[in-house]
Amino acid sequence: MKTIDRREFLTLAGLGGVVLVGGACFGRAAAAADADADEFYFVQLSDPHWGFEGPAQNPDATGTLQKAIAAVNALKEPPDFIVFTGDLTHTTEDGKVRRKRMDEVRAIIGELKVKDVRFMPGEHDASLDHGKAFGEFFGRTHYTFDHKGVHFITLDNVSDPTAAIGGDQLAWLAADIERQSADARIVVFTHRPLFDLYPQWDWATADGAKAIEILQRRENVTVFYGHIHQEHHHVTGHIEHHAARGLMFALPAPGSQLKRTPVAWDPAQPYKGLGFREVEAEARPVKYGITELPVVPA
Amino acid sequence: MSAQRRAFLGAIAATAIGAALSVRSQPAERVIPVRAYKFSYDPDAIVVKLNEPVILELTSSDVPMGFNAPDFAVRATIIPGQTSRVRLVPNKTGTFVFHCDVFCGDGHEDMDGTIEVVP
Repeated sequence: MKTIDRREFLTLAGLGGVVLVGGACFGRAAAAADADADEFYFVQLSDPHWGFEGPAQNPDATGTLQKAIAAVNALKEPPDFIVFTGDLTHTTEDGKVRRKRMDEVRAIIGELKVKDVRFMPGEHDASLDHGKAFGEFFGRTHYTFDHKGVHFITLDNVSDPTAAIGGDQLAWLAADIERQSADARIVVFTHRPLFDLYPQWDWATADGAKAIEILQRRENVTVFYGHIHQEHHHVTGHIEHHAARGLMFALPAPGSQLKRTPVAWDPAQPYKGLGFREVEAEARPVKYGITELPVVPA
Repeated sequence: MSAQRRAFLGAIAATAIGAALSVRSQPAERVIPVRAYKFSYDPDAIVVKLNEPVILELTSSDVPMGFNAPDFAVRATIIPGQTSRVRLVPNKTGTFVFHCDVFCGDGHEDMDGTIEVVP
């Protein structure tokens, strides 16, 4: 009898768009039990922009993140961990307001049942004070951790207001990559795209090409990022880059119009364009199954 | 000095004078002052002619800003109190966006403008 895995179930149930990346075959029904030991899934949420005000873009600005948290808590199987890929708060020049927003968003995120939550800043959180307030509330802006055979690297391309990673962090990245085996499973979390997705809208990292050159030194590297408030998939060399939807307002497709004006709220389809994703990490072959989920279940 | 060498030097001199006259006779490139301030540019709509290079003279009234026009590979950081000059060669017609690429405050993401290149 063929058994179905969690992702196959989601697909069959029509619960979300599924993208299979990094491998040729679908499903793992026949996989051996020892292979399953290295397989897990995590949830990526991005760009909640707590503090944003714009009824034309999101009349539920103070309630959308909570709905997403509830949706994550309602998942049948809890993820191993949850990652927020930046812009937890909407920018403000007032340091007190910035910290108030960070305090509030941290409390809301604290409602997640899964307590292993990873953070990184977006430019709205960190570019005006070089990540100082973010560090006070959420810790380091770039770091690594390992989980079930996958090496995770969090890169900070926002604390520098010129959208650069910077020489020191690039040297740190190169040293970390040097320590990984040639076939290590590596996942990078960052906020901005590392490649030039659409520089006309500031959808790029000033020295992202240098980071990609370093990452290309290993065989199995995949990047998950935020910033552009929409699902997007791109490949540079053998590295896949996957942008997640946001949790406050949607942005137009790159280059689809002259300026990067946010997408207007559609009362007929509330929360359209917003959402989060599950990422199922599989070891043999190395691949990541991405399932996009809405803020409010259909 | 031989007649041949005098003729050679004379030709060089004539060429040099011609070149200098040629440089002097070229029209100076148009300079367009652009002032950046929170959170806009003045002017925020720049009109230039196709294949007529211009010099953008960039200043900032308040905080460090950026000027980035990726379609023409032109960018500069603008420091208050200093003038940044960049040469823009409008090699294609149309309307193109430029923007601030140094995160400068609340309205940073709306800080942009257009370059219209006309035939």
